[in-house]
Amino acid sequence: MLGRAANGVYWMSRYLERAENTARLIDVGFHLALTRSDKHAQDEEWKSVLTTTGQVDDYAARHSDFGGPQVFNYLLREKDNPASVLRMIENARTNARMVRTSLTNSVWEATNEGWMILSELLSRPVREANLGEVLTAIRRQGTLVRGALEGTMLRNEVFNFARIGTFIERADSTARILDVKYYVLLPSVAWVGSSLDNVQWDTLLRSVAGNRAYSWLNAGAMDPRGIARFLILDGQFPRSLVFCYEKLRSNMAGLAKEYGEETSAHELLRETGAALHQTAIEDIFETGLHEFLQDFIGKTNRLGAAIAADYRFIE
Amino acid sequence: MSAAGGTNFDEMLNADGSVRPAYEDLSQWYDSQDKTWFKRQHGEAERFFRRIGITFNVYGDEAAEERLIPFDLIPRIITAREWRKLTRGIEQRVRALNAFLQDLYHRQEIVRSGRLPVHALRENVAFLPQMIGMTPPGGVYTHIVGIDLVRTGEDDFMVLEDNARTPSGVSYMLENRETMMAMFPELFTKVPVRPVSDYPRRLARSLRACAPPAFKGSGRPTVAVLTPGIYNSAYFEHAFLADQMGAELVEGRDLRVVDGRVAMRTTTGYKAIDVIYRRVDDDYLDPLTFQPDSVLGIAGIMDVYRSGGITIANAPGTGIADDKAIYSYMPEIVEFYTGEKPILPNVPTWRCSEPDSLAYVLDNLAELVVKEVHGSGGYGMLIGPTSSKKELAAFEAKLRAKPHNYIAQPTLSLSTVPIFTKAGLSPRHVDLRPYVLVSPDGIDITPGGLTRVALKKGSLVVNSSQGGGTKDTWVLDE
Repeated sequence: MLGRAANGVYWMSRYLERAENTARLIDVGFHLALTRSDKHAQDEEWKSVLTTTGQVDDYAARHSDFGGPQVFNYLLREKDNPASVLRMIENARTNARMVRTSLTNSVWEATNEGWMILSELLSRPVREANLGEVLTAIRRQGTLVRGALEGTMLRNEVFNFARIGTFIERADSTARILDVKYYVLLPSVAWVGSSLDNVQWDTLLRSVAGNRAYSWLNAGAMDPRGIARFLILDGQFPRSLVFCYEKLRSNMAGLAKEYGEETSAHELLRETGAALHQTAIEDIFETGLHEFLQDFIGKTNRLGAAIAADYRFIE
Repeated sequence: MSAAGGTNFDEMLNADGSVRPAYEDLSQWYDSQDKTWFKRQHGEAERFFRRIGITFNVYGDEAAEERLIPFDLIPRIITAREWRKLTRGIEQRVRALNAFLQDLYHRQEIVRSGRLPVHALRENVAFLPQMIGMTPPGGVYTHIVGIDLVRTGEDDFMVLEDNARTPSGVSYMLENRETMMAMFPELFTKVPVRPVSDYPRRLARSLRACAPPAFKGSGRPTVAVLTPGIYNSAYFEHAFLADQMGAELVEGRDLRVVDGRVAMRTTTGYKAIDVIYRRVDDDYLDPLTFQPDSVLGIAGIMDVYRSGGITIANAPGTGIADDKAIYSYMPEIVEFYTGEKPILPNVPTWRCSEPDSLAYVLDNLAELVVKEVHGSGGYGMLIGPTSSKKELAAFEAKLRAKPHNYIAQPTLSLSTVPIFTKAGLSPRHVDLRPYVLVSPDGIDITPGGLTRVALKKGSLVVNSSQGGGTKDTWVLDE
């Protein structure tokens, strides 16, 4: 396949995953802000959503108010925001259009229809009253495209590049969410067992759609170390770092098999993956959770760059 | 139901209002349909087109970035007998076009014989000196041709225009049929319609049959469709055809010359292309040979072409054959190369470069259609009968200033076919573009084509950029 086409399916998947993750973060921010009574505390929650998506500086340059509707409209649809959900959906669709011949009709139509539905939904300012509906629609459209990929695509290079895009983005996203909130997982004398902790921990799990799964696995008991282990090392949880890397390993192996050779990206992946597998949660807290996450984000970034270079995404 | 122009030929109805035999089954079927449901199907068709993304982009219109070409649900029907005659006429014309191109870029016998004045070539930007002496692989210049036909009577079809560069619209021929079959499957059990769906397969076969000398016999030649990119108005069609042919869809930035071949950048390195179906104009094809600032083409492709490393379809320089100034000579051209009288006549044409013709055109401007020699898409043309005094005067000034830039034709009484409107069926003017494939194996005409329809009552302009729509075109089986 063309290098440009590989680049296209890779970014199509990344943008869709990112749109979905942003929608989930907004959802959590909204729930959390509802539990806070004073405006200052609410604003702090929204600020933290902006920090997680890496948009707090751009936002602050344009707006001084951190109220909910202002923030979520910025994240969802503001015209000047190049990283809005609407823009990501447009980017995903533009990429899909560019590589249309590599996609099945089902995948293309799911992407195109998702863009049509969300452009319509996001053509007007979103109010608190219909925020839930909008966020559900964003998640649903992403799910439909993934379903179409899963159900109709040949298991070849195209499929592998699409999946690689998804899991690079997801690994990065989970690590960032954790990193912004890492301090709530650190042992703190003052907060231990307080209800505030419980809310924070629950929020963190919700941000990656892991609250139910975690409760089920742990019979409802919450502890910070357990949560960190779950989000980083649990191979069953589809948004954990280990899970994402396991998927990357298998899709990259698919490429190596199809092309008959490995590249430098395979080596990078093996190193980071092995390190992740051999790490216990105690080691992570020992080195420092923040340091660990920063290191992980950097490595994942480098892996993405190596894949783009090895497979000639651009000239 | 009254005919749109009053005197024009209605393809569905006889003068007494009775239905012509070819349309009988369709007419019965239509009468039995619940019209509310039919109206809903009309909206359904539009949603279907949007979802699969059959849109076209209009340059300079940012707000409506992607538009749909309106689709009308009433098919246009051509009988087996009519099609037989059209086929013979088209084949003859296409054979002449290729022979003409071969001659123009070699000995120019037609000029020597005095049948074509030399100035028709010399002052023509569509003539590419770079092609002189060059014979494309398989001797084929125009691999894909669209012949625009109009009808003015029972047996009167005329060629309005030849499209020998990169005729577009074939994806509409295919998707219109798909849509009709999806929406009214039972209709196809009542009417024997010849299929068009194998066009992409025929196209692929035809292109592969023209592989260049550098392609060495093992396996299949690699075919790629070259598109200017997603912002091009016909991008949907480029992607559609590549997909249906199983060919790569490439842009200039995917290609470069490697070891004397044109190669595309794949995930595992550069891979040579044998046949390139380019949907990029000559001017942009090679920045080393033509427009130096073009980013749509491939630097050096013309050198590869000349040394037999690649087949370019259609060949560069074919535009000279569909130029409107050359068009007026087509009857002579057909006769010169085939030794036969043209089966399909031209529309009578006055060349404004000739003083007598110009005088006539100026005297009769209000009755004529005047076109720019190098224009296309219905832009820059005057339709005398529907223009105001002011518009006529302004056009006259342009015409006097640059007479050689224009040709004029009588305002034809185009045939009509009914379209579905809120008030029921209503006749509208149509034209027809059949698609023709040329390879060393022969000339292959798909039974059908693109029927363009002027949706505005009485309008003669069918171009999609000017508010025209399309219809499914049915050629009936014997």
